[in-house]
Amino acid sequence: MQDTVNREQDAADRATGYRMEARQVSKIFGTHKALDGVDFGLLPGEVHALLGENGAGKSTLIKILTGAYQPDGGAIFVDGEEVHLTSPLQAQTYGIGTVYQEVNLLPNRSVAENLFLGHQPTRFGLVDRRRMDREARVLLKRYGLDIDPSSELGAHSVAVQQIVAIARAVQLSGKVLILDEPTASLDRDEVQRLFEVIASLKRDGLAIVFITHFLDQVFALADRVTILRNGRLVDTRRLTELSRTDLVRKMLGKDIAFSGSTSLEAERPPTELLLDFKGYGRKRSVRPFSLAIHKGEVIGVAGLLGSGRTEMARMMFGIDPADEGSVTLSGKPITVKSATEAIGHGFGFCPEDRKADGILGDLSVRENIVIALQGKLGWFRALNRDEQLDLAGQFGEAMDIRAASLDMPVKLLSGGNQQKVILARWLATDPAFLILDEPTRGIDVGAHAEIVRTINRLRDDGMALVVISSEIDEVVAYSSRVVVMRDREMVAELKGEDINPAVIVQAIATHGENSEFEAEVTA
Amino acid sequence: MNRSLRPLLATVVIFLIAYAAAVFQFPGLLSTRVLGNFLTDNAFLGIAAVGMTFVIISGGIDLSVGAVIGFTGVLVAVLITWLGWHPLAAFAAAFVVAAAFGAAMGLVIHYLEVPPFIVTLAGMFLARGGASVITQDSVPIDHPFYSAISSLYWRLPGGGRLSFVGLLMVAVFVVGAIVAHRTKFGSYVYALGGNATSASLMGVPVARTTVQIYTLSSVLACLAGIVFSLYTSAGYPLAAVGVELDAIGAVVIGGTLLTGGYGFVFGTFVGVMLLGLVQTYIIFDGTLSSWWTKIVIGFLLFLFIVLQRLVFAASARGDRVAEKA
Repeated sequence: MQDTVNREQDAADRATGYRMEARQVSKIFGTHKALDGVDFGLLPGEVHALLGENGAGKSTLIKILTGAYQPDGGAIFVDGEEVHLTSPLQAQTYGIGTVYQEVNLLPNRSVAENLFLGHQPTRFGLVDRRRMDREARVLLKRYGLDIDPSSELGAHSVAVQQIVAIARAVQLSGKVLILDEPTASLDRDEVQRLFEVIASLKRDGLAIVFITHFLDQVFALADRVTILRNGRLVDTRRLTELSRTDLVRKMLGKDIAFSGSTSLEAERPPTELLLDFKGYGRKRSVRPFSLAIHKGEVIGVAGLLGSGRTEMARMMFGIDPADEGSVTLSGKPITVKSATEAIGHGFGFCPEDRKADGILGDLSVRENIVIALQGKLGWFRALNRDEQLDLAGQFGEAMDIRAASLDMPVKLLSGGNQQKVILARWLATDPAFLILDEPTRGIDVGAHAEIVRTINRLRDDGMALVVISSEIDEVVAYSSRVVVMRDREMVAELKGEDINPAVIVQAIATHGENSEFEAEVTA
Repeated sequence: MNRSLRPLLATVVIFLIAYAAAVFQFPGLLSTRVLGNFLTDNAFLGIAAVGMTFVIISGGIDLSVGAVIGFTGVLVAVLITWLGWHPLAAFAAAFVVAAAFGAAMGLVIHYLEVPPFIVTLAGMFLARGGASVITQDSVPIDHPFYSAISSLYWRLPGGGRLSFVGLLMVAVFVVGAIVAHRTKFGSYVYALGGNATSASLMGVPVARTTVQIYTLSSVLACLAGIVFSLYTSAGYPLAAVGVELDAIGAVVIGGTLLTGGYGFVFGTFVGVMLLGLVQTYIIFDGTLSSWWTKIVIGFLLFLFIVLQRLVFAASARGDRVAEKA
């Protein structure tokens, strides 16, 4: 590993004085080390981006900095003094305020009350509304908001609510502001507005931690960046010293110089066209893209967490339907406005978070397998128990699901077997097109290989698949083509020899338009 | 206009239209005599409904109200008639018992995370059962202090009487409105109803506020029970059965959202008056069964719930579009 921290720079920064510092903090959940001796220093008047993929320890570190978790090792310092943060409220008294992705305010109350709740100005023991509204107006003006403070917060856009949340946090805390994915549900103009607010707070000397999945935003806004991976500190750097490619490489832990392996699948001639997405997109979710998918083809989807991978899958499956563009199935135009409709077209979808979205933990293996087929048949043609057992047995065997009994609750199975149950569920509906979102996450190495083998087998059987994965080696291993997502946009479609880890990492990292990028890789 | 004002405005308009229509049919309804009786006859319901308004705005429900009214009546009657206590001492004892009862429900709701519906349902059985264990029969209250207060009234121009209990209800509404809209406690109640998670992240003392809300509701139910016993001069364990549902009805008709977060104490007042008007109209008519009251109330409730749904669903979209433009 090249986990080198720039010691000199570190020493120089420390000399100027950290506003807030975490020294060698660790956090253990059961046997899992979520954070392992991480150092994090925050300077006054800087925007410090915190980056890392799922499981990197980002959210654990944030929760420690805001007092939601207590570290198992290490210490937290504010202005050089050691502090023990016990709750977000108590952290507020040390000047640490947090704004979350989901606005944690009260949509049913006025803007002014949201700014001052718990600290309202009072007169004779009663809340002085007029003064509260007046102070709110002055405060909001500083953030460039000219809105009626007595209006209901919920009537305003998410961006305005986000700015109100920031105003509240700064008002009550005033030293450190932690922004946890504040831009995730904003459109471009709103992001711009938020950035202006953040920039002005920075000039006022506030220390700002900025968490986002959008690399463009990191480069646009942040002064320094700290990258975490698997609970460890990878690097803390000034952004001026770091290229995009280096940044992505550090996040993914990929050494770009490794194996020049390309996919064997890349050479296969295209077969019959199955699905043709044209200008397919959804506002605030995924920018329009075009993608043709042939029978017997695996489209690998690469990109960082939050790049729009999952949103794309959900849109293709009709969960969050597209609001522009068109799609044809075997040449006929179709619509996919709901998951039911998608299943009717012969689509299947294994979601990313199988615990929350996929398996029905308390139901048996049998019930979990037949449920999608039952949904497709409609509730009036109930499968009887024998048919169910027959189906479950057949697909259970095909998928090699290891369960003591098919009537066992699914939640008792291992992650790999649960994943196979979900695959079996969709295979029972005999889909023509299957979307797999992170099919190998959180399962052991053996099951991993089996899932990859299954993907290859399904492709050979003529099924079309879209497989999303953060594991670049894996994407390379099974993809016929690879599309790369970045900042909710499809930025590249790679074929043939370009399907190798180095090119993919490059594509994820590259800034700018598709055309520039293509020029770069062909060069 | 603030969209939460719309259901309230609708209630006021419907009340005025209904009252005008009733007066058109029975001109006798337009007199201070009838209006005074409105207040007196609905005083206990109104007082209980103020407590219910707080509970519902906070996103909860209190089903124990009617039972607490019945229990209070029995307790007060037993203390005065059997044990010879002074009514004021009996009232004080009843308030202490009710406050402890409400606080206990609030504690269970917050710390054991049991839904208020279940906790207050249990509270209802406890209070009703407790009252019946003390006595099965109606216990008359015959005390000079009692007759003095229950016959206390101020004469209104036009021959009407504003009774002490009627005035008490109005006072409870006024204080209730100030507490709801002008104190930090009031803002915390709305905060809980809006989003309890956000509220706790914003520093609202969720535990304390929850306990206070249910204590307030039980104390007001106790006050309603005292008023009811003044009104009937007796304590009866099966008194005020189902009053909690009338109170919920009045609160919802008054424009408070049953899911919490929005509502007005004044709206509840109009709701109570609307229920009173329906009852009075049916008495004036004389040919209708008193069960028609329930049918009309059921219809009104349905109407208001649909109305709220439309107002909140439509304005949520409309306002946001306006913001973007």
